[in-house]
Amino acid sequence: MTSAPTSPLATDVVFAAQQTTPTPPSRPKVKRKTWQTIVWFAVLIVITLVVLYPLVWLLFSTFKPNSEFGQNMGLLPNAPTIDNYVKVMEGIAGVPMWRFFANSLLIAGVSVIGTVISSALAAYAFARLQFKGLGILFAAMIGTLLLPFHVVIIPQYILFNNLGMVDTYWPLLLPKFLATEAFFVFLMVQFIRQMPRDMDEAAKIDGAGHARIFWSIILPLIKPALITCAIFSFIWSWNDFLGPLLYLTSPENYPLPIALRLYNDQTSSSDYGATVTASFIALIPILLFFIVFQKFLVDGVATQGLKG
Amino acid sequence: MSTTATRVIVTKQSSRRGLLRRARPEHLDRPGARKRAVRENVTGYAFLLPWLVGFFGLTLVPMVYSLYLSFTSYNIFSPPKWIGLNNYIRLFTDDPSFIQSAQITLVYVLVGTPIALIAALLIALLLNYRDKGAAFFRSAFYAPSLIGASVSVAIVWRAMFATDGPVDGGLSFLGIDLGGWIGNPSLILPMMILLAVWQFGATMVIFLAGLKQIPKELYEAAEMDGANAWRRFRAVTVPMLSPVIFFNLLLGLIGAFQVFGSAYIISNGTGGPAGMTNFITVYLYKTGFADGRMGYAAAIAWVLLIAVAIIALILFRTQKSWVHYSGDNR
Repeated sequence: MTSAPTSPLATDVVFAAQQTTPTPPSRPKVKRKTWQTIVWFAVLIVITLVVLYPLVWLLFSTFKPNSEFGQNMGLLPNAPTIDNYVKVMEGIAGVPMWRFFANSLLIAGVSVIGTVISSALAAYAFARLQFKGLGILFAAMIGTLLLPFHVVIIPQYILFNNLGMVDTYWPLLLPKFLATEAFFVFLMVQFIRQMPRDMDEAAKIDGAGHARIFWSIILPLIKPALITCAIFSFIWSWNDFLGPLLYLTSPENYPLPIALRLYNDQTSSSDYGATVTASFIALIPILLFFIVFQKFLVDGVATQGLKG
Repeated sequence: MSTTATRVIVTKQSSRRGLLRRARPEHLDRPGARKRAVRENVTGYAFLLPWLVGFFGLTLVPMVYSLYLSFTSYNIFSPPKWIGLNNYIRLFTDDPSFIQSAQITLVYVLVGTPIALIAALLIALLLNYRDKGAAFFRSAFYAPSLIGASVSVAIVWRAMFATDGPVDGGLSFLGIDLGGWIGNPSLILPMMILLAVWQFGATMVIFLAGLKQIPKELYEAAEMDGANAWRRFRAVTVPMLSPVIFFNLLLGLIGAFQVFGSAYIISNGTGGPAGMTNFITVYLYKTGFADGRMGYAAAIAWVLLIAVAIIALILFRTQKSWVHYSGDNR
């Protein structure tokens, strides 16, 4: 191949390649390939180390005593201790850590239920039903995909304040039951559209109404999409900072991100160990989700363009 | 998308009388068809009810209301007072904090997003070179995207980039003495951009999925025509990937405008040092909720919305010249 004259015509090249009668020993080529693979792995391992370093650093830092922060820049603690965990379990502002954790779980759990139900209902309507205004409403839904949430926080706050819902979970949970995350609606619409209509039609002939078709045919068919939505809505809700920051005022109502802010504000200068350890505890569910559902998550991103 | 469009046309036609009547789909001429169409309308709205309540109650009406508020002076305790364009005039002529906030937000969006995008594309190309072993790296690189916006990660970055933290220590070891990044007004924005770039994984996964869709024959043909690697990248990869690049660029830019939690945590809610993490969302939050100036904050929100709309419009307008949608590849 290398000796063949460069020619713009592909057939010429193939022809020339065939003409080089004594096939050159294949060893140099194999060697080159091996080297390329080694370099490939090496480069990617270096990138992996850089990318995952902050997380590894976080894990090891939870075992560092306070005195080592700002002194020991290395990864490993000089005098490993579990004091940080003991201290963090006591909690902050008079509220134990398990309470923040339970609050986060409650909010995320209910959010998942609300998001999946309301998004699936809306998606079925957009994907399978014909009604007046379908086109414009669908366009409106797509528009909200690109709408920055910050534009509505002030009027929403005024609304929930007037309804007496500040310092309750209503402002965080109610929107989830109203399919306000357009991403999930869109994802399910795409999924339902890929499903063949034969089964719908058959069920219709058998006298099934839309409620029946939705429940017995569509929902089982789009299970993968439902799972993807459930995982992402859990993670988004778990990580949400702005919502609880706006609406929750009593520490016993706080979910983890806001509790972390307390550590960050009040104690960071003196108690790095507790702050870092609380941060790590808050990440554990997400990291578990990641390990268990990796494939769903990465495929969800690859096929639907969902971001983390 | 196209199936919906045709269905909408069909529905529209069926409601007309006269000449178009013959063009109606057959099933609508059957007895009871009209009744069924009405019922379908009712069912449609029934299924859509939660979304409709959310769309009108939590998005559309609030948006209109916030537009109204932006022309008023309002704190939550006394009724809004109409002041016309004063909020907007003040924002652009008499509020250095806002000008600085708009500037650093634009720098963050317009510098950070392309860097993150290029990093994601380069690493996707690297991963695409080989299938065996790539899945592990793909997952590992994706992890930061999942947690990057969390308070935990912001706290970690705050600790890592502090004076005498691991980054400062590592750089000093290499003879680069920058000191802490957290308290340094000229280093905090680059650090925020680094945090955004660190979350390249999700974008990379989307790029990788796009790269897998490019037919191998195109590369083979280009190679036989004597195109070198760079040429193949420019002439095959970039055009074939352009719809994915467009998608990632659009979502990346819009997402970057909304950076909030990490800036809030890293600056302890102050937007400092020297206002260098006072992104537009942080300024909006401080104005509306810490100072209680909700009318003024509504004006900031609308400036943000208009900025996002302009960016999206520019992207959609230039789309024709660089985004190639090939029919057979969709």
